Amino acid sequence: MIDEHLIACHECDLLLRPPQLEPGGVARCPRCNATLFAAPQNSQERTLAFTLGATILFLLANFFPIMGLQIGGTEITCTLTGAALELYNDGMHTLGILVMITTVIVPATQLLIMLYMLLPLSLGIMPPRVPDLLRMLQLLRPWSMVEVFMLGILVSLTKLAAMATVIPGIALWSFALLMLLMTAAFSVFDARQIWRQLPVEGR
Amino acid sequence: MKPHPASAAAQGLLNCHSCGLLSKNVPNASDRCPRCGTHLHMRKPNSLTRTWALLIAAFILYIPANLLPVMHTASIIYEEDDTIMSGVIYLWTSGSWPLAILVFCASVTVPLAKLIALTILAITAQRKSTWRQQERTKLYRMVEFVGRWSMLDIFVVALMVGLVHFQSLATISAGPGALAFASVVVITMFAAMSFDPRLIWDPEPKDDD
Repeated sequence: MIDEHLIACHECDLLLRPPQLEPGGVARCPRCNATLFAAPQNSQERTLAFTLGATILFLLANFFPIMGLQIGGTEITCTLTGAALELYNDGMHTLGILVMITTVIVPATQLLIMLYMLLPLSLGIMPPRVPDLLRMLQLLRPWSMVEVFMLGILVSLTKLAAMATVIPGIALWSFALLMLLMTAAFSVFDARQIWRQLPVEGR
Repeated sequence: MKPHPASAAAQGLLNCHSCGLLSKNVPNASDRCPRCGTHLHMRKPNSLTRTWALLIAAFILYIPANLLPVMHTASIIYEEDDTIMSGVIYLWTSGSWPLAILVFCASVTVPLAKLIALTILAITAQRKSTWRQQERTKLYRMVEFVGRWSMLDIFVVALMVGLVHFQSLATISAGPGALAFASVVVITMFAAMSFDPRLIWDPEPKDDD
């Protein structure tokens, strides 16, 4: 465990003495008001719980149809991956890949990284390559668009309702819950706590 | 007492952008953080040049993104090309005006506002301006936060294409505008990431008193 006498704000580079936080408190930069770090209560346990829940919902959201269309007697359903594949086969390769990355691959990677780190950590073991994974998690964050996708579903439902009867699928509800749980997991996740458990090479 | 709050850089300290550990400034370019092994940089390398390049590309792509059709609907009775704007108008006239406003904000206003905001940030940072530093940092934070929401329309197109593929009744396919639009979103996200908000605070405040 390292005692950090000084830290610098990541947004304005102001040199600061890290404030002691009450559990549940948030430290902000006095100059630019950036969130420096937070100390959520029982961060690790709560993050792990939310992540496990999100993983189950993620599987449901990807294997069940998002919605179905009924025209006359025929019913057509589509899964998320199916929609991305359809774009791809339609000649829109880049778009299909982009949709796949932002709604399936990135969220899946985020969940896997979290599980890989948090399960051993909950037993007091530091798994290998944690620095790389934490960095990756930071990098991936803007590219996970589960909540945007949820809104996209709402808009398409409205547009399609004019053409045919739309039946919401299991994946739709799973997606809505997944969005909530992933947001919750990231808001209680405290990367700083893990960073501080890592050794510093002497200089 | 110091007259001005000191930045880490002014004290010869480097802040690791991954783990937040401060280390002593070593001019070696290959220097790595002693805790997490990330390459250390005083500021993001070539931050402004990269931001400018990406911004210009996004400005150019913004035009086809709004003019070209993003979606093509064809059925036995009619055939139709939809641009972003006509999609908004359709939602509005069909009575779902909250969604119309939402899509309009996410696909038309937000990308343009983001381009303008980033341009302002890049210009002021380049001129080493000390003008409204706090507000500019807030602006940067907003640009970063709001960027992903412009993907909304791309997801709508994807879902509609994926769902509506009855061979005889109707087909929906993505138009070239969708690709341009997605590129604008992705490129502006990269532009926001390459901008270093610390550049806003680097110029020393002027002593007026």
